[in-house]
Amino acid sequence: MKLYLKVWRQENRTSGGSMIDYEVDGISEHMSFLEMLDLLNERLILKGERVIEFDHDCREGICGACGMMINGRAHGPLTGTTTCQLHMRSFKDGDTVYIEPFRAAAFPILRDLKTDRSSFDHIIQAGGYISASTGQAPESNSILIAHDTAEAAFDAAACIGCGACVATCKNSSAALFTSAKISHLVLLPQGKTESADRVIKMISQMDAEGFGHCTNTEACEVECPQEISSLHIGRMNYEYNKALILRK
Amino acid sequence: MKQTTLIYKLIMAATGLFLCFFLVIHLLGNLQLLLPESEAREQFNWYSHLLSGNIIIKIISYVLYLSLIGHAVYSLLITLKNKKANGTKYVYDKRAKVSNWNSRNMGILGTIILIFLIIHFKDYWYVYKFGNLPLDAKGNKDLYAIVISSFQQGWYVLIYEISFLALGFHLLHGFFSATRTLGLYHPKYAKAVRIFGWIYSVVITFGFMQIPIYIYFNLHS
Repeated sequence: MKLYLKVWRQENRTSGGSMIDYEVDGISEHMSFLEMLDLLNERLILKGERVIEFDHDCREGICGACGMMINGRAHGPLTGTTTCQLHMRSFKDGDTVYIEPFRAAAFPILRDLKTDRSSFDHIIQAGGYISASTGQAPESNSILIAHDTAEAAFDAAACIGCGACVATCKNSSAALFTSAKISHLVLLPQGKTESADRVIKMISQMDAEGFGHCTNTEACEVECPQEISSLHIGRMNYEYNKALILRK
Repeated sequence: MKQTTLIYKLIMAATGLFLCFFLVIHLLGNLQLLLPESEAREQFNWYSHLLSGNIIIKIISYVLYLSLIGHAVYSLLITLKNKKANGTKYVYDKRAKVSNWNSRNMGILGTIILIFLIIHFKDYWYVYKFGNLPLDAKGNKDLYAIVISSFQQGWYVLIYEISFLALGFHLLHGFFSATRTLGLYHPKYAKAVRIFGWIYSVVITFGFMQIPIYIYFNLHS
């Protein structure tokens, strides 16, 4: 299969960038999207050109490192998929494919398709922790958690922090990410102690990082590789409102 | 600690829901225009008079003006912050495929509604409060006559119909969005409120839309 790529190339944080054309043939439909970029990069190395830099790590859809806009959609045309789990069978011979980095003021572009998503880390650092007693590990059955509650918390905890929610949001809001982290902890007894402080701190950090307001378009839950529900945003708002009223 | 995003959204939700409530009252008032012509004039003028003298109504009307201004001002502040949060623009953008167009264009729909409100306030609110209106048989200001005569022009009816459609799509997203900002997250009730929001939006939109059309085709001043 032969594809016509238009790839965003940018030297560093401060320089501007532009779309550069590449023709890539000999693509197998079994390749993942990242392997297709590897193929192009090997050819660029042989020609003595600088490779296209992109984030990737596990390549099995669970780490959240990879992420790019493919044909104007976060992680490409499929829903509920990371870029590494997108395969070339989703494209046709002769297609033109636009590849850009995730764009948001809080995700500065480092080079080409690589972005700095440490703003997410700052949000987690602001409140994504619990108080635990030191000493021996407690008996696991001493804290009873209903199966449904554990599953609901795990659904939220499944967020891999890839940033597709921000990239696809017209407001570049990090509401789905932040709400997933808040929901995950507030649902469990261990996370209840700090719940009021946590929600205030994490939302303040979200603001400080320069993310936008959530206007509930729900585009985020469509593009989320883990299909995290936007109802978590409702829960975050509930926790926030409760904290505003009840916090001492 | 400075937090703005959710506080701003709460202001949008509170003012928006108050305006939603007001629309119901306004529609109930307007439906009196559909009564038989002989009753409609006195009934409507009496109702208009009732709304202009009462101290409770006066307080509610100030809340209404504040809500309108607050809703517009904070939407502008939110939009400015969101534009700043966007960073550089996408060269090729197909993100619109994964959300409803009205949820993405609340600002444009809101602007249409705002322009409509300026016309609406100028033609009725201002005229009723500060203009010299003739009196009807009961001695109330004859707003009914003004309403009937203004909807004799087709273009004026058209402005109203377009504005009501914009209002309808604005409500379709706005009502649900406000309840989520207030923190409704239970799957069952979130769905119930969403369905209620759709029914509310349709009833309000078509409720208002039928009145200018009815007047244009059935009544002559």
